[in-house]
Amino acid sequence: MEQASYIAAQVINGLQLGAVYALIALGYTMVYGILRLINFAHGDIFMLGAFVAYFLISRFGMPLYLVFFATMAVTALSGYLMEKIAYKPLRNAPRISLLITAVGVSLFLEYFCSLRSIFTPDYIGFPRPFEMETYNFSPGGFEFSFTNVQALIFAITFSALVLLYLLVYRTKQGRAMRAVSYDQETAALMGINIDNTVSLTFMVGAALAGMGGVLYGIAYPQINVFMGIMPGIKSFIAAVLGGIGIIHGAVIGGLIVGVSEVIVSAFLSSTYRDGVIFVILLIVLLVKPSGIFGKRSDKV
Amino acid sequence: MTNHFSNEVPVVLAIDGLCVSYGIIGVLDNVSLEVRRGEILSIVGANGAGKSTLLKSITGLVRPASGSIDFDGTRITTLRTDVIVRMGVTMVPEGRRIFPDLTVKENLELGGFSQPDKKVHRDLLDLIVTSFPRLKERMKQHAGTLSGGEQQMLAMGRALMSHPKLLLLDEPSMGLSPIITREIFSLITRINSEKGISMILVEQNAHMALEHSHRSCVLENGRITLQGPSGKIKHDPRIVEAYLGV
Repeated sequence: MEQASYIAAQVINGLQLGAVYALIALGYTMVYGILRLINFAHGDIFMLGAFVAYFLISRFGMPLYLVFFATMAVTALSGYLMEKIAYKPLRNAPRISLLITAVGVSLFLEYFCSLRSIFTPDYIGFPRPFEMETYNFSPGGFEFSFTNVQALIFAITFSALVLLYLLVYRTKQGRAMRAVSYDQETAALMGINIDNTVSLTFMVGAALAGMGGVLYGIAYPQINVFMGIMPGIKSFIAAVLGGIGIIHGAVIGGLIVGVSEVIVSAFLSSTYRDGVIFVILLIVLLVKPSGIFGKRSDKV
Repeated sequence: MTNHFSNEVPVVLAIDGLCVSYGIIGVLDNVSLEVRRGEILSIVGANGAGKSTLLKSITGLVRPASGSIDFDGTRITTLRTDVIVRMGVTMVPEGRRIFPDLTVKENLELGGFSQPDKKVHRDLLDLIVTSFPRLKERMKQHAGTLSGGEQQMLAMGRALMSHPKLLLLDEPSMGLSPIITREIFSLITRINSEKGISMILVEQNAHMALEHSHRSCVLENGRITLQGPSGKIKHDPRIVEAYLGV
């Protein structure tokens, strides 16, 4: 029974981490769906979100709900500018040029932000916006617990997901996004403004990553300008695992990646926590490259 | 069809000295033509003559190197595709390019994307459904499950949802059986005569194109080598030999 409780606790921890990955993976998957671009700088938007939230809380003492909105607005703006400055001029260039540019944007954001006049290259503590509380449950002797931080992460991730679904499947703009991801030329012939649709996609993806950054800061209160690299790569793998371009795939992929990582570090060794994710990637690429929910191999 | 478009009928589309190239390869060379209100102009030519490129430059999908395109008196040469569509020019692309994973109804609704007025949108949808009864039975079906002819009808219906003044049709008979081709062409002439929509019809099937248009241009290696009333061109010995396979 004790063992079962321990496993349950680790699964809940894994879901907490996975929910953050899911938020980042959504941006990867949406941008890929619309531009066939793997935006390697997306993890750095997540980092930006954590830093913006850090400043808003520690310098201005802003209430948490406002921190979320303000951070998402700032990261959405960064996503917008990133696309306009770095990717839009390459819209008709070979895809490899875009990919290389994405790596460049990523490095730029990391090293620019590590300047002491901007952020800092050091690890800094993320202020706790509220006291952590643990809720214990023991239905039938089976003990498990979760914290208010976890409850917050699950609630926010879930609501973000519902809103995203409504946006993509129930609004006119969402319909435009889907049309552009199927076939850009034909979408333009429907009277859809491609540039605005691409911008919107980047902004939504970046807002979700920013939200992930705030949640990550609250849950794992140490932040650094390079904090976006590993979660970025893992979220990208999550998106591939779920089937890149598919919204619910990114979420399921994120949760699987998060749980695998935590389970491996709890039961095997934390040395392997990153390694296991790449093993997952290798297995996906070997067994089903289109991912769990991918229907057909993508025509690239 | 007889050509009854005198010089008094206003010009909807005027192209002047249009040159287009992909890299160093010239595709269109000094193309000039006019389409009058309510007229069907067909562009006849072999594969690779530049027919599709001509339509793509009108809709802003391809940027011309020089020359001008005027629609309804406005220069549209450098405008964005969605702006041109909103002005009333739309295209049924080669290979139909329907959205296969969306339903027939969703495809049609996307065609009316630029229509801000919900009532107009609904009326248009009703109108199209009544003129394409075959689509009506399949509204909830995924568009990818339709037959080739039905997909062509859907692509045309979708284009009509934007309420165009000028409709560009790129190879509407591609991959269709002779019977379905005839059905599609009679739909095209019906839309033209009932709604007065001007059209440019690009076809490899020269016989059908000449039969169903008022005027025709012959495009060879990016140049217009012959143009005039379709009834006349049909009997031009060069055309008979090169395109009508007699």
